[in-house]
Amino acid sequence: MKIAVCVKQVPDSWAEKKMVSGFLDRLNVDAVLNDLDEYAVEEAIRISEAHGGNDVGGANSVTVICMGPERATDAIRKSLSMGADGGILITDPTLAGADALLTSHVLAEVIKKEGFDLVICGTESTDARMSVIPAMIAARLGWAQLTFASSVTVDPNASSVSISRSTEAGVDSMTANFPVVIGVIEKINEPRYPSFKGIMAAKKKTIESRDLATVGISAQSPWSQVTDSSLRPPRAVGVKITDDGTAGEKLVAFLADKKLI
Amino acid sequence: MSNVFFLADFVGEKATRVNAELATAGARIGAVTAIVLAPIGTGSVRAAALTTGAISSVIVIESADFQNHGVAASADAIAQLVVQKTPDVLLVASHAFGKELAGIVAVATNSGIITDASDVSAQAVATQIIFGGSTTVHSQVVHGTKIITVRPNSISIDPVASSPSIEVIAIKVSEVAKKATVTATLPPVQGGRPELTDADIVVSGGRGTNGDFSAVEAFADSLGAAVGASRAATDAGWYPHTHQVGQTGKTVSPQLYVACGISGAIQHRAGMQTSKLIAVINKDSEAPIFELADFGIIGDLFTVLPQATEGVKARKA
Repeated sequence: MKIAVCVKQVPDSWAEKKMVSGFLDRLNVDAVLNDLDEYAVEEAIRISEAHGGNDVGGANSVTVICMGPERATDAIRKSLSMGADGGILITDPTLAGADALLTSHVLAEVIKKEGFDLVICGTESTDARMSVIPAMIAARLGWAQLTFASSVTVDPNASSVSISRSTEAGVDSMTANFPVVIGVIEKINEPRYPSFKGIMAAKKKTIESRDLATVGISAQSPWSQVTDSSLRPPRAVGVKITDDGTAGEKLVAFLADKKLI
Repeated sequence: MSNVFFLADFVGEKATRVNAELATAGARIGAVTAIVLAPIGTGSVRAAALTTGAISSVIVIESADFQNHGVAASADAIAQLVVQKTPDVLLVASHAFGKELAGIVAVATNSGIITDASDVSAQAVATQIIFGGSTTVHSQVVHGTKIITVRPNSISIDPVASSPSIEVIAIKVSEVAKKATVTATLPPVQGGRPELTDADIVVSGGRGTNGDFSAVEAFADSLGAAVGASRAATDAGWYPHTHQVGQTGKTVSPQLYVACGISGAIQHRAGMQTSKLIAVINKDSEAPIFELADFGIIGDLFTVLPQATEGVKARKA
């Protein structure tokens, strides 16, 4: 099986994020591999390992695909240190601030040329939090989408994938034949920490860099734009009461007032 | 005048409150048409349930494919309709299904998309609150149909009654949108607690529980909330580490965070301070967590929580 994992480098969840000229200021914050993509990397490696891995007798490969600036190489390298086999970085100055439509277009073009059986994504990035990219990639490729997966079972002999789709609407069992775009949620696994051996091995793995021309599409004007942004005011001083035997009821009244019940 | 379509939202056959919210937002922009996707034979029942909000017309599309092939099939039908009718705006509820559908329709119709809007203006400018609640952003779609997903419970409903005209349109779902098959469906587990990181409400316990989380759990269950814990509580072995909220645990940003018996060390605050509303129950009136509280109670969680649990149950009954 040829498996791809799409990952994103995002500002560290702990960093204070700011908007500059309508875009997230990514330059002046620490950047990390998107937390939710670690589950996708882990799942890809597990699927590969469960079916013979990629070295002794196995014919599986896990390729990490990432769009971002040069330093997004670090996000790919981390995925490689977990156990992925190789990486593709799509980097081009014209892609800075790309929206979901452009991002999905670029990723789909790269995937199309490589001929993967499975593409695995995290459900959302912790910065933009749209959770549309997996569905958009599937739509662009004309592939089946199996998203919000809390469990994934792959049958390489039948070229089929079955998942449990867990959302607020309940749990659906879904199935599709290769090629498939899979989106995974946090419930699915516990991502491994890169071992020392893994970190050393990752240094020898190949990360191929491609610009937009190599991908084969031209720069496009955005489909949406930010008109303005502002910092929200700091938290206002709240109510503080001492329990006189009715504090529980007062809490309920507060929740009702805020339409939380 | 602009034409606004919105995707009607149902849980089973029941129309949700979101419909009136989307109709309210849509009516600010133009004439509102609700789109009902339904299994064969149920479209008219669903359409008849859309009575609140200024809805001018309802378009019904019936197909067994919606149930059998998941979000891709529904999105395919909506995309075909958008191509046919070219609405100026398409509003969709911002949940997992709605966001995915909106994304697919955006690709299929080459339209811009904005997700998780907390408000939509008459000019179809969307308001989003981002970065854990620290920043407000206004943005707009500048190409194609303006596709905007709107967070449930964020728009106050205009309770005007309407009796829209109903039109049934035949649309055949494309084969490419039927590549995934739904083989079984289970409704949400009742009583099961939501995940910490995507729960609307989180109730957390700390050192003050002294190891007894029963009151915290009971209150959480009355609200349909997730249960969290401070590092002190997880380190003591009182609650699983997977529930830890804070710097070395999970970061949550729910609509409401209830901190029970938690002093509010920086470690913990880092994981919850972007919550929209924070309620605090603590015996120590000097506990730093009170600095964050929208509603603070100086008191014993073992007397306050059971009373509040009963109060919530009474209101929901």
